[in-house]
Amino acid sequence: MEVSSDYAVQMHGIVKRFGAYTALDHVDLDVRKQTVHAILGENGAGKTTLMNILYGLYQADEGDIFMGGEKATITNPTEAIKHGIGMVHQHFMLVENFTVTENIILGDEVCGAVGVLDMRKAREEVMALVDEYGFDVDPDAKIEDITVGMQQRVEILKALYRGAEVLILDEPTAVLTPQEIEKLIEIMHDLIAKGKTIIIITHKLKEIMQSADECSIIRRGVYMGVVDVKNSSETELASKMVGRNVNLTVEKTPAHPGDVMLEIRGLTVKDERGIEQVRELNLDVRAGEIVGIAGIDGNGQQELVDAITNLAHSESGTIKMKGIELTNKTPRNTFEAGVATIPSDRHRWGLVLPFAVSENTVLERHVDTEFGSGITLDYAKLREYTRELIKRFDIRPDGCEDERMSGLSGGNQQKAIIARMVSSEPDLLIAFQPTRGLDVGAIEFVHKTLIAERDRGTAILLISFELDEVMDVSDTIAVIYHGKIVGTFPQGTVDENQLGLLMAGGELK
Amino acid sequence: MRGLEKFLRGRFAAAAIAVLIGLLVAAIVLIAAGYDPIASFAALITGAFGRPKYITNVFIKATPILLTGVSVAFAFKTGLFNIGAEGQYILGTVLATIVGVKLNLPMPLQVPVVLLSGIAGGAALGAFVGWLKARFGIHEVITSIMCNWIAFYLCNFVVMSNTFHKPNSQSALPVNPSSYTMILGSWKKSEAGKEFLAGMPWLREVLLKTDLNAGFIIAVLVAVLISWVLTRTKLGYELRAVGFNRDAARFSGISVESNIVLSMLIAGGISGFAGALAITGTSPHTITLLAAMEGYGFNGMSVAFIAGCAPIGCIPASIMFAALIYGGMSVQQALGVPSDIINITIGTIVFFTALPGIAPYFADKIKQRREAKELANGTKAGEA
Repeated sequence: MEVSSDYAVQMHGIVKRFGAYTALDHVDLDVRKQTVHAILGENGAGKTTLMNILYGLYQADEGDIFMGGEKATITNPTEAIKHGIGMVHQHFMLVENFTVTENIILGDEVCGAVGVLDMRKAREEVMALVDEYGFDVDPDAKIEDITVGMQQRVEILKALYRGAEVLILDEPTAVLTPQEIEKLIEIMHDLIAKGKTIIIITHKLKEIMQSADECSIIRRGVYMGVVDVKNSSETELASKMVGRNVNLTVEKTPAHPGDVMLEIRGLTVKDERGIEQVRELNLDVRAGEIVGIAGIDGNGQQELVDAITNLAHSESGTIKMKGIELTNKTPRNTFEAGVATIPSDRHRWGLVLPFAVSENTVLERHVDTEFGSGITLDYAKLREYTRELIKRFDIRPDGCEDERMSGLSGGNQQKAIIARMVSSEPDLLIAFQPTRGLDVGAIEFVHKTLIAERDRGTAILLISFELDEVMDVSDTIAVIYHGKIVGTFPQGTVDENQLGLLMAGGELK
Repeated sequence: MRGLEKFLRGRFAAAAIAVLIGLLVAAIVLIAAGYDPIASFAALITGAFGRPKYITNVFIKATPILLTGVSVAFAFKTGLFNIGAEGQYILGTVLATIVGVKLNLPMPLQVPVVLLSGIAGGAALGAFVGWLKARFGIHEVITSIMCNWIAFYLCNFVVMSNTFHKPNSQSALPVNPSSYTMILGSWKKSEAGKEFLAGMPWLREVLLKTDLNAGFIIAVLVAVLISWVLTRTKLGYELRAVGFNRDAARFSGISVESNIVLSMLIAGGISGFAGALAITGTSPHTITLLAAMEGYGFNGMSVAFIAGCAPIGCIPASIMFAALIYGGMSVQQALGVPSDIINITIGTIVFFTALPGIAPYFADKIKQRREAKELANGTKAGEA
């Protein structure tokens, strides 16, 4: 593509190698001024690497960068900022106990004579910015007291304060609620209208369709071309990203529910601060049925799962599995009662990252005599067993049983957890945010596995903050709000708006 | 170059590089202080390995720090920092002395009972620290340091108590000879023994001029056993899982609390064992009034980190460490080099082993250079 001043950013023929591994192989990116340009790719495709090169965190081995038609050399973030580039990282870089204003000016402080910080002037400048862009942010609030959506706006303000013309947003919606995502898209369009250019890194197709003008696609470090979003579809984007046709709709036959497996009555659970997060909750999950719990993050989902898995203490009420009391027992008791859980935070709860893949596959089952009689653990048997799981669940790279778990990609780590849980042949499988941070290909796999488990007769409890996921996969949808189930519906009898209303604490007429 | 790269990625590289840099820094310090580094290092090596007696003494010195090293390494592999090896060692010496003085069983019974008392002392102190962490979440480093001082003053209390104090001395009563673990201890002093050894000067020197004892062999066996427990048993698997990721271990049904207590109990037991073996194996076979910590536990920490916290690696690390300490004394005698410089060398070595990224860094450099060369050659071949 020609170098022209119509483009805010152009990156041509970018090559980046890490040792023998080529992360980016002649990737192009042409971002028109005053547009939202999406960069789409699976996890590990090289999206973030490309943006880190633009932001000066990495140097490209080959290729050129042009800003507004002029060649630019960017060797560190300070130079990137001088070129008018601002980056909002997936994980916010804010000081929790500083105010919004303090965070925005941090590193670029307004100083009066002899280097004294002029907070009044700083506050005025921040106020002016907030007014100009119509952000709903209190400049005096502390970061720890404001919502995640607002924190993100502070990050955007930080970049604007430093004079950013091109804003890079890395996975901006990963942590937001549906309402906050809508608000963010509004803000993005507003910024475009005010002359800014936005690059967003994402693997969520729906948001690209809603917010972006053009979309560049990268597959395993190779540039797959640019797509005009208006004339494209989610299916087209997905197949270009993954390299094969992807089925975005979840296919399944009607459920044949059997006996009640999990029975929860009047359950109340407090969090660490002593606040009731689950209040008098009732729930049944039957064999051969997927019950999906829809709700906004922070409405008691974590505490509910913690109570079932016995990581948290139940204040009152009962949890029964196949009629056996599980209330306030140990995690071991829960597992032995036939409950396997896919945790929401795989790095924290699901995996021992420095362990080999084979060591990770038996975290619950290492005590079984199958893996060594007496006090010894049969590592040869462990490897053999893991090799089977790698084949059956297509964990990549093939033959990774001796690799460290930390070396696997996020999607394959999740597959390893699912393999471990499913292979224990549970009677109840709890899947808490099972597709968090996964790309379309891996999501499809997770959903298929859950449905296959259901068809085998397993009771499935799916808890997700992605409303689409709950609606597509569940046979029964239960809405959780303030620690209570506020509505239960068979799949297909309720629409997104009705669920959204219940999730926000409203009532159906 | 490929061989060198492979070596640098191996497990010995970090230690080897650290030792080299440590010696280099020591040489600079020696030159700056006006001493000949070559002569000093020669004196050090002669002082450590020059005579059978010296070699034997190096192994005797290596015994306690091998065990405390294994103790620290084991705890570290399970995610705990056992800074209390010193106190556990001291308590091991105290309990071994008390039992060894008060009890006089036949030797085959006496030795195990005395050793087990020492193990129990260290284990109890370790388990206490582990329990405080598991039950109340108090960091083990803080409680360990406190326990070091409790053990220290308890030792002095026992030394000076009416029951155990040896009159007109700075030490407690020695343990009964049935507790001794010297090799051929009684035979070598008998007439027959003296006669036999008279014809063998080498063996005579090793046996009669040193406290040659079974301690080092036992310590090596302990290192092997601990390594086996960590890498081959279900217990070791659970302990390591708890060490690497407490949350994931708890989530998968492993009891984090009992594993923390168990880990500290085992680590404490090993350090206590070191103390007991020092009492049974070396003169004066009792505890003495301590003016300052002797450093067996702290040196064990150095040994463990030189070994990269691998129990088996503690074996060569402890020998090297003991050789530096023991040989260092000769450098002082032969050339008048202050012992502080020896301590600087040891300190530098430990300092550089604390930089685990250093060897892989050099390996990466070599690899980059090789790949660049291959790439250049490859393109040329392609063009031709």
